Amino acid sequence: MDQSLGILFQIYQSLLVVALAPLLTGWVNQCRAWLQNRTGPGVLQPYRTLRKLFHKDAVIAYNASPLFRITPYILFGCMWLAAAIIPIIAVDLPFSPAADVIALVGVFALARVFIALAAMDIGTAFGTLGARREMLVSFLAEPALLMVFFTASLISHSTQLPRIVDALAHHQFVLYPSLAFAGLAFVIVLLAENARIPVDNPSTHLELTMIHEAMILEYSARHLALIEWASSLKLFAYIAVGIALFAPYGIAEAGDWRALPLAMVALLIKLLVAGAGLALLETLLAKMRIFRAPEFLGTAFLLAVLGLLIHFLLGA
Amino acid sequence: MPITHPNLHLKKLPGAIPAWQGEITPDDLQPICQNVRDGGGRLVALWGSDVRAEGKCFALHVALVNEKGLICLNVLLPAEPPNYPDISGIFPAANRMQRATYDLLGIAAHESQDQRKWLRHAAWPGGSFPLRKDFVNDPLFNPYELDAYPFVQVEGVGVHEIAVGPVHAGIIESGHFRFSVVGEKVLRLEERFGYTHKGIEKRFESLNVQQAAKLAGRVSGDSTVAYAWAYAMAAESIAAVTPPDRALWLRALFLERERIANHLGDLGYLGNDVALSFGFAQFWILKEQVLRNNAALFGHRYSMDKIIPGGVAVDLVEPGQQTLIEECAMLEREVSLLRGIYDEHAGVQDRFIGAGRVEPKLAAQLGLCGLAGRASAQSWDARVQFPCAPYDKLDVQMATYRNGDVAARVIVRFDELFESLRLQREILAHLAQGDTLSVPLANLPVNSFGVGMVEGCRGEVLVAIHTDVRGKLTRVHPHDPSWQNWPVLEHAAMGNIVPDFPLINKSFNLSYSGQDL
Repeated sequence: MDQSLGILFQIYQSLLVVALAPLLTGWVNQCRAWLQNRTGPGVLQPYRTLRKLFHKDAVIAYNASPLFRITPYILFGCMWLAAAIIPIIAVDLPFSPAADVIALVGVFALARVFIALAAMDIGTAFGTLGARREMLVSFLAEPALLMVFFTASLISHSTQLPRIVDALAHHQFVLYPSLAFAGLAFVIVLLAENARIPVDNPSTHLELTMIHEAMILEYSARHLALIEWASSLKLFAYIAVGIALFAPYGIAEAGDWRALPLAMVALLIKLLVAGAGLALLETLLAKMRIFRAPEFLGTAFLLAVLGLLIHFLLGA
Repeated sequence: MPITHPNLHLKKLPGAIPAWQGEITPDDLQPICQNVRDGGGRLVALWGSDVRAEGKCFALHVALVNEKGLICLNVLLPAEPPNYPDISGIFPAANRMQRATYDLLGIAAHESQDQRKWLRHAAWPGGSFPLRKDFVNDPLFNPYELDAYPFVQVEGVGVHEIAVGPVHAGIIESGHFRFSVVGEKVLRLEERFGYTHKGIEKRFESLNVQQAAKLAGRVSGDSTVAYAWAYAMAAESIAAVTPPDRALWLRALFLERERIANHLGDLGYLGNDVALSFGFAQFWILKEQVLRNNAALFGHRYSMDKIIPGGVAVDLVEPGQQTLIEECAMLEREVSLLRGIYDEHAGVQDRFIGAGRVEPKLAAQLGLCGLAGRASAQSWDARVQFPCAPYDKLDVQMATYRNGDVAARVIVRFDELFESLRLQREILAHLAQGDTLSVPLANLPVNSFGVGMVEGCRGEVLVAIHTDVRGKLTRVHPHDPSWQNWPVLEHAAMGNIVPDFPLINKSFNLSYSGQDL
């Protein structure tokens, strides 16, 4: 395999995810608008928001520590790294062996620890409130996510994402009942981890109900832009993981540049469908009481464990 | 006579609603209030006035209501000190009104436990009182010292405070909410308002009857029709004129359309607050249609300035009648569909049911009124109990519910919406004919008092007018039902979780501007 071509693929994918992530967020928002009978701001709105925020002067509280300032960069870096190690257009990227699925969960957790600490750094009631709620949601979501990955790992006998994708995409077409349960669990985790309805509401202005938004209330300008971008990257990464695990068909082998156009088209179609599906879910559901979130995520964990059990019982 | 008391001599006031007025001494205030309370009555409004120009001192005015009608008490206060007995022990809602009256006039309820400032946010010098006639209106006020405002502290392990507002994350009016919480559970909520105080009552002093009608219509923008009508009713009561029949029917049409528009908007917001943006968008499309029809037919989206003292300023001309009949049919169809969706949406109902419950007993004790009151079995509706023309011919059905939670307030909103649509049909079918839309209002008689009360979308809106020795407006007091209902919201939030508060708040949907004045 041509190492330099692999690196080229890696660079290409890394730039692609950074550029495409806001578009996915814009697409989800546009779909929501259409489903709600609104015109919507257009799919390019997140880019306009980012441009606006990067042009503003940052306002930072007097008592902010350096942690508050560096967190947006750490957050952005983590999400970018996560999106870079997931096989999105090609398997066997040079970065991929550096981190397996467990490390991926760890990267998400690292970002979360920093944003929660930064939220409490200023000392406002809302930051602490948001951080507390974020932890309530995430300590239940993380184990469920790990269980989903374990189910996929058992099928492919590896915790390396490229191996998993390779096993699921390039062998003969098989239906795995265990993956169906894991898929359901993964959708629930995706909603919770990305601050989507029914766990959180990304478009709310009601400060008392916020989870993710409450943590970033004190951020402005470039810091806020990086956080928003990181949120888009996180959603992109989650959907990419979902695609890699449950619908990897069409992905290119590393170095096989002829498969690249097809892989791109396949990726775009999958992202469009996933985004529209997410918007549909968010339109149909109402936000639940915050203390229902543990039940909701408990269901995710239960489903993921069921997936594991089924794998052992049926061997599929 | 609505009540009997040996020291109370009531005089019937002319006008569209049953109202009486009587003069009493401060010593009789508490027994008479207790008498009304024991008979099931409520406090509607409390305000003061400076009558030193008439050789008296200050006067306190208390408007009470029982099933017979409005009882307006004039309490002449002694010169030194100009104090009166505290009635917040009888009517808890009086607390904030008494404090606001002190801020504006310097007359205090002695023996009251709570003497904190209510309206003064350092916009005028401490120790001077804007509604006194000798107040110097200096436009170059510097920022003055703020008064201490100690919130009630809740002590205990793990209890902390969340301070929200007066600047909020969304575009809403200014108010401060202080939550004492343990975890997510609200132990206590205390509100502080007065941030939108604009000096409306002071401004009224320098306006004539027609100009004041415009100002009355701007006290609380979404209730402009209710305020304009209540003001016109008060002015017509003093001047002893009756507007033409057609004008009265058109007023009722405007008022019901205001209720329809606001209820549609509130139902949309309630969907939005549980993140069901679908409901928000659908209800607001309908509200927008109502507002556009208003603009096309009456020249203003909210029908502002269309009710004037003596009548109305605009007629309903063809094909307006047809447009409104079609709008009614469309709204009935669409709202029925949307109600079905809200009712059957498990997620929405899970959020609505049980949230922000106000038991009927508590509601009665605190004097919860209007829509929120009716959702807690407080069956008061001025259109039903004191039907002025044309409501006396319309047989309004009151919507009430017992549960007192968010779901109950949603149900009452839906029921009232359908009732208002039915009323609009009735009004359109029986609209009195005639060419005159208003009668001229000559100069008001000297030293007189008039009062008007209208059931707005939140509850009863009251406007009281006093004239001086030259027949000019010397004191106009607009009263919003939010005065009574904001304190009850504090109780409704207790025991709920913090993220449910915006939903509970929205289910009351109270006015900031209307009570800060």
